[in-house]
Amino acid sequence: MEISSFVLFWAAIFTSNILLTNFLGMCSYLSVSKEVESSFGLGMAVFFVLTATSALNWIVYHKILVPAGLVYLQFIVFIIVIAAFVQLLELIIERYAPALYYTLGIFLPLITVNCAIFGVSLFLVIRNYSFGQSVAFGAGSGIGWLLAILMLAGIRKRMKEKLVPLGLQGAGIALIITGIMALAFIGFSGIVNVQ
Amino acid sequence: MISRIFIDIAVACGISTFLALVLVIAQRYLADYGICKVTINKKKEVSVQGGISLLGALSDQQIFLPSACGGRGSCGTCKCQLTSGGGPVLPTEKPFLSAKELGDGIRLSCQVKVKGDIEIQIEESIFNIRRYRTKVIDIVDYTYDIKGITFQLIDPQRIDFKAGQYVQLESQPYGKVKQKAVRAYSISSKPQDNGLIQLIIRLVPEGICTTWVHNHLKVGDEVFLTGPYGDFYIRDTEADMIFVAGGSGKAPIKSMLEYLQVVGTKRKMTYFFGARTCKDLYLTDEMKAFEKVFPDFKYEPVVSQPCPEEGWEGKLGYIMPYFPEAIRDPKNTEAYLCGSPGMLAAVQKALVELGVPQAKIYFDSFG
Repeated sequence: MEISSFVLFWAAIFTSNILLTNFLGMCSYLSVSKEVESSFGLGMAVFFVLTATSALNWIVYHKILVPAGLVYLQFIVFIIVIAAFVQLLELIIERYAPALYYTLGIFLPLITVNCAIFGVSLFLVIRNYSFGQSVAFGAGSGIGWLLAILMLAGIRKRMKEKLVPLGLQGAGIALIITGIMALAFIGFSGIVNVQ
Repeated sequence: MISRIFIDIAVACGISTFLALVLVIAQRYLADYGICKVTINKKKEVSVQGGISLLGALSDQQIFLPSACGGRGSCGTCKCQLTSGGGPVLPTEKPFLSAKELGDGIRLSCQVKVKGDIEIQIEESIFNIRRYRTKVIDIVDYTYDIKGITFQLIDPQRIDFKAGQYVQLESQPYGKVKQKAVRAYSISSKPQDNGLIQLIIRLVPEGICTTWVHNHLKVGDEVFLTGPYGDFYIRDTEADMIFVAGGSGKAPIKSMLEYLQVVGTKRKMTYFFGARTCKDLYLTDEMKAFEKVFPDFKYEPVVSQPCPEEGWEGKLGYIMPYFPEAIRDPKNTEAYLCGSPGMLAAVQKALVELGVPQAKIYFDSFG
């Protein structure tokens, strides 16, 4: 069954959230979620890069790698494309949108190694999405990731005043919270299935 | 089969080359911020190439802010005040800045990129800082792991510094170490010898710079020194003085004593030098000789773990228990410390407990 881009966009945010159901992009999610402000910055950067790299990688895969019979090189090529795009984006934002650069700028290099970005590029190949579906899936996943990190940052902000057992402080309690959030999101999963 | 492999390689290389090319072109046109104007202390204006860090831009203009890590944002010594421009404070700077400094517009100059006109405030003494081309003219072994190295200044030929201040030494790549390193060392020669700089350097195991100095530096080599930096110098008062040093911490105290020998002083001074074994003691006779120079000076080497065969007859243990006999009036005593961070902390604690005001305890806080 062909899923429309619109459904796929919403599905990527809620029912198959890249972070909460696929557990991708976990490292920066855990380390940068201490403050809402920086979480928002990183989340927006992930959103930008995910949307753009899913489009780019779709083009590279279907227009270059498949015709040339180089599908086995997809891992390397995807990583190179992501890295180069992030560098380029950083230069452009720094030049033309200094305000945005100061919100996103320092997070951009972090994103090169964010596995959610690479994961989405692989998903759209494995699931054989069309170009429109790929962009929708990328954008939706980006917003989903932003939503997840913002929620965790909000909760962690409140947690500062709470007494957390010593052994669970920091990443420990963050993982438990993530697990509970993931349970809530898995509740959506019956609505539409994109797997 | 072979042609297949070549095509694959060619396509993969083609993609990479194309992306690299795009990046190079973007870098060329996007990261060019032209010439920017930096106004210093509202009176001096310099034009710098935009797009690089403020620290780098200033050093291109022969203005050297202190920087122990070489601009990597890990030491926090290159602070300077920005009164206009520079953009918001970056997360990489925040750990080094207190709430008051943030309010005053203090930034780490290595993290601030010059992308437009900037106004900054720096201390006047920073204009005195120069990068000196020097030549090693003497290397002496003081102990098994401490060397004294004398540099002759070539360009500029004279340095104006206060006894106790430090310079930064640039080490060159050697062996497996592929990059230059910059480290701070106190000057051990007296300010009156303004054509020379002597440094006392202890070999730090695995230390990049000290290994270079100890194992690779030879007489006749050219070395770059930048300085003078620091506010560790003798305050011009009549208070009694206690000097405390360990290891290569003898350097600034030696400079201070030699300086005082020339200008003369009647102040009561006691110099405690802490060493682990007798092998760690050096320049003892030279320091003892100051007891005849000054009316009220005492040199007290203290050894904590003398080996039996060394036959040590002087003071034993740590230096702290010997402080009370050297202090007449704690409120009227200044302390000058130089040594390892652990020793500095222990000595400060002991002095404060004896009643010496924290504000009169002076030290350099580099390791």
